[in-house]
Amino acid sequence: MSETRQKGLARQQMADRVALEFQDGWIVNLGVGIPTMCSNTDIGDRDITYHSENGVIGYGGVAAAGEEDLNLVNAGGQNVTLKPGAAVVHHADSFGIIRGGHIDVTVMGAYQVSMGGDFANWKLAGQKGGGIGGAMDLAACAKRVFIILEHVTRKGEPRLVEACDLPVTARGVVKLVATNYGLFEPTGSGFLLREIAPGLTVEEIRASTAGTLTVAPDLRPVRLAG
Amino acid sequence: MGQKSKQLASFRDAVADIPDGSTIAFGGFAMPGTPFNLIKALLDHGAKRLTLVANTTGGAQQPRMPDIGMLVENGQVAKVIWAFTAATRPTDVLPFTKYYESGEVDAELVPQGTLAERLRAAGAGIPAFYTPTAVGTELAAGRETRVINGREYLLEYALPLDYAFIRAHRADAAGNLRFHRSQRNFNPVMATAARCTIAEVDEPILPAGAIDADDVHTAGIFVHRLVQVPPAPEGLWPTKRQERAR
Repeated sequence: MSETRQKGLARQQMADRVALEFQDGWIVNLGVGIPTMCSNTDIGDRDITYHSENGVIGYGGVAAAGEEDLNLVNAGGQNVTLKPGAAVVHHADSFGIIRGGHIDVTVMGAYQVSMGGDFANWKLAGQKGGGIGGAMDLAACAKRVFIILEHVTRKGEPRLVEACDLPVTARGVVKLVATNYGLFEPTGSGFLLREIAPGLTVEEIRASTAGTLTVAPDLRPVRLAG
Repeated sequence: MGQKSKQLASFRDAVADIPDGSTIAFGGFAMPGTPFNLIKALLDHGAKRLTLVANTTGGAQQPRMPDIGMLVENGQVAKVIWAFTAATRPTDVLPFTKYYESGEVDAELVPQGTLAERLRAAGAGIPAFYTPTAVGTELAAGRETRVINGREYLLEYALPLDYAFIRAHRADAAGNLRFHRSQRNFNPVMATAARCTIAEVDEPILPAGAIDADDVHTAGIFVHRLVQVPPAPEGLWPTKRQERAR
């Protein structure tokens, strides 16, 4: 990779910050890309059940080389393992779990998030067709939607925007956003900066955010452990 | 149960009567549960103007693991109904995209859970249902919605099939099926939605009754034809990335 790494948090650190929000007993669905890395984070003895769209409930880590079961994958197509207590259901039941509100949090990547909690992650500008997969079901029906994304595009354009100009996946659902610049909450009228990444200033973040940025009175450095 | 075995001798026999214009669903999510051998038989068979229902095209372009994008490239497809009509990574290019952009093939993009439920509904005699999925998106533009208990829902219609092509791990002669791990995915719901379900099966077909009634995943009444997958290289099996024939 010849490009310089974006400022602030590394990809795994963004995932770590979100994973620290997971509570004991939660059922969690992780999208492909950076969200998958949430399962690498040490969150102590909290008991998390990972759900995958293809009906696998309670999958564990990626299988060691030579020990893969080619008939067992997570939503990203990785050959995973099963934790004790795992179960498999068919696709209609799997999305019954999602639509029925049994998923405590879905973590997804996105192209854009708006101040009102809309987000866009299935179709780029000018594209014919798109890749929805399970994103719209998860976005509309999980108890919480957390988003992880780079704060700006490779061209430097903000991804936290006043209103999405790309086609949205769902409206008004995003509760928490982790970027390489910090941790944010869409408030309806802006983005509340709760935690700031090392090496960044509030003014830099404001300049890279389209829409109103407010700063939490107890603004802290991004928490990465515990 | 009927006493006749549902087992056929070959994949060619299993797809021989499929007419042009059929709506065919293909099970599978990534490799597990994908009916590679039936896809290959349909490529050889040549039925045209098909509507393909599936999660996605695939696009690996692996002769040992044929995907339904190859049916598009083979000129057999009029329309697809999928949860992905573009590559998941913008940098990837699907063979399908060229045919879609030129207008040669039509596509209906459906959220994955809505696709599964439309199939379930078709098999269960429910003509339509309301779902919160896709409300407020461009997929809902101009379509019927309804507010129930203060929340807006989108009307979706059942998706009945002519044929379902599925892959199972174990079957008995009555068509009762078991799946292994995530091989299950869409396969059971597609089987219920089809007039004719054809299953390719990993293991030798067992006598009726060899699978205990309590252990059946898909009841044999939903399965009409069975073909055992022969060992490689004649039969097509999921393979590890590094072992795939080029």
